[in-house]
Amino acid sequence: MALTREQIASIAALARLDLSSTEIPVYQNSLSNILDFIGALDAVDTANVVPMAHPLPGLSQRLRPDVVTETDHHELYQENATQVTAGLYLVPKVIE
Amino acid sequence: MSDLSRSTLTELAAGLRARRFSSVELVRACLERIDASQGTLNAFISVTRESALREAQAADAALAAGSGGPLTGVPIAHKDLFCTQGVRTSCGSRMLDNFVSPYDATVVARLKAAGAVMLGKTNMDEFAMGSSNETSYYGPVRNPWNTSLVPGGSSGGSAAAVAARLVPAATATDTGGSIRQPAALCGITGVKPTYGRVSRYGMVAFASSLDQGGVLAATAADAALMLREMAGFDPNDSTSVDVPVPDYVAALEQPLAGLKVGLLKEFFDKGLDRQNEQRVREALRVYESLGAVLSEVSLPHLPLSVPVYYVVAPAECSSNLARFDGVRFGHRCQNPRDLQDLYRRSRGEGFGAEVKRRIMTGTYVLSAGYYDAYYLKAQRARQLINADFIRAFQSVDVLIGPTTPTPAFAIGAKTADPVTMYLNDIYTIGANLAGLPAVSVPCGFVDELPVGLQIVGPHFSEARVLAAAHAFQRATDWHARVPRGYA
Repeated sequence: MALTREQIASIAALARLDLSSTEIPVYQNSLSNILDFIGALDAVDTANVVPMAHPLPGLSQRLRPDVVTETDHHELYQENATQVTAGLYLVPKVIE
Repeated sequence: MSDLSRSTLTELAAGLRARRFSSVELVRACLERIDASQGTLNAFISVTRESALREAQAADAALAAGSGGPLTGVPIAHKDLFCTQGVRTSCGSRMLDNFVSPYDATVVARLKAAGAVMLGKTNMDEFAMGSSNETSYYGPVRNPWNTSLVPGGSSGGSAAAVAARLVPAATATDTGGSIRQPAALCGITGVKPTYGRVSRYGMVAFASSLDQGGVLAATAADAALMLREMAGFDPNDSTSVDVPVPDYVAALEQPLAGLKVGLLKEFFDKGLDRQNEQRVREALRVYESLGAVLSEVSLPHLPLSVPVYYVVAPAECSSNLARFDGVRFGHRCQNPRDLQDLYRRSRGEGFGAEVKRRIMTGTYVLSAGYYDAYYLKAQRARQLINADFIRAFQSVDVLIGPTTPTPAFAIGAKTADPVTMYLNDIYTIGANLAGLPAVSVPCGFVDELPVGLQIVGPHFSEARVLAAAHAFQRATDWHARVPRGYA
């Protein structure tokens, strides 16, 4: 299945990835090949097969009691942010 | 001090306990080997020299006081996707080049509690996406057996470090073969435990239904010693399983006689290199001579593993990597025009080519109109593969076959075509899709390059799989071979 330049641009926009004009044809080619490759699954009869939701049969994800277990570490965590002011993460203006 | 290149982790731990040498001496010797090899192998992203020597001094004090744990003073390295408090955790990516973890992963904390000394963080494919360690932002790792070849991936740095005996063992992770494939290509032992056996807390997520932490070491006995400390229930990981951890070391000596070994018919396919196949068949004869009973087993849906994986893994990756937004941590672009520009350029600059490819593949298969055709279809096919394994384990105890189709390949040989690279994991992905434990052990050489033998068992059968690997290593000496220049 061949993807168009426009499709690649649209996937990149959904994934919030800025691609250069030279990257687009590269991904056009490789993503098309990957989709052809995974297209092998079309031939498999999966009617009446339940999709596998968890690698361990019969187990599902555990829930924990709804109680606060974390303490406040925001100063430590914000040391990894590029722009922080007064304990707040700074981003470009969103609302005019 | 005993010769580092000839000593296993088990022997080094015993030597430390007997005070035949000190942890400081051992750590210094390893650091020297790391320094001498770094320009050639590039196995490390960060070397934590000062903290390692501090920890070694503390270990020596504990050993002198008789209060050491099972790994006290033993040097190890962590794959650079395990979070380490106060130490950069880069995941092999420009995105996290500036990220200093504020906490320890559970695996890191447990090994620390057992007394292990961390010497540094090992190189890896970016966000563990790769089979050759060529996608790292920090440059490729080279195979110690032949430095023009790849070490395998994604845990290539950990594998090269252990193969060159820079450290006796290292942590690693396996999403589609990232422990077993580099173990095979570097001639060492790798164990990928059952899904949920080892906590994923603090292990940077790639594909959450497949990722599992494990060990790379010279021998199965060393891997058992490490895994015994790493495994176990962790309330901080909601997929961690509350099943008691057996003593993997004590279980190593269980006899092989009567072990029912299944030869996986689909593993001996046309893609398997003939000489690789010969080494694997010779290994099977060793098992027979030890009393194992061999029979052929077919898993008809197993050839679907790679296509299923390249839907499920990218889908989970695109979702997991959405957290890298350029705001809270990680790379941030210069002078963003608006919030969308901040997201798009931070991610476009921070991620490498293969990571972007997988994010886009995942985004596509999960997008409106394609979810049923790709993602749901793949999860149904995954169920068929899983059912094949469950059926096989009704008649055999373990499945044995090759770990990889070929020995190590040249750097650059498979980078042009992603699908060719993906097919490298054709024999390893099945265990991830079904959440099964598996081990790779060295079983011979082809043209002076190591070949890996893979042993897969039912859920939570790590003890049996490791014992089967250990019995093979008692009967052979492939695991004791060390590459020229590192012996």
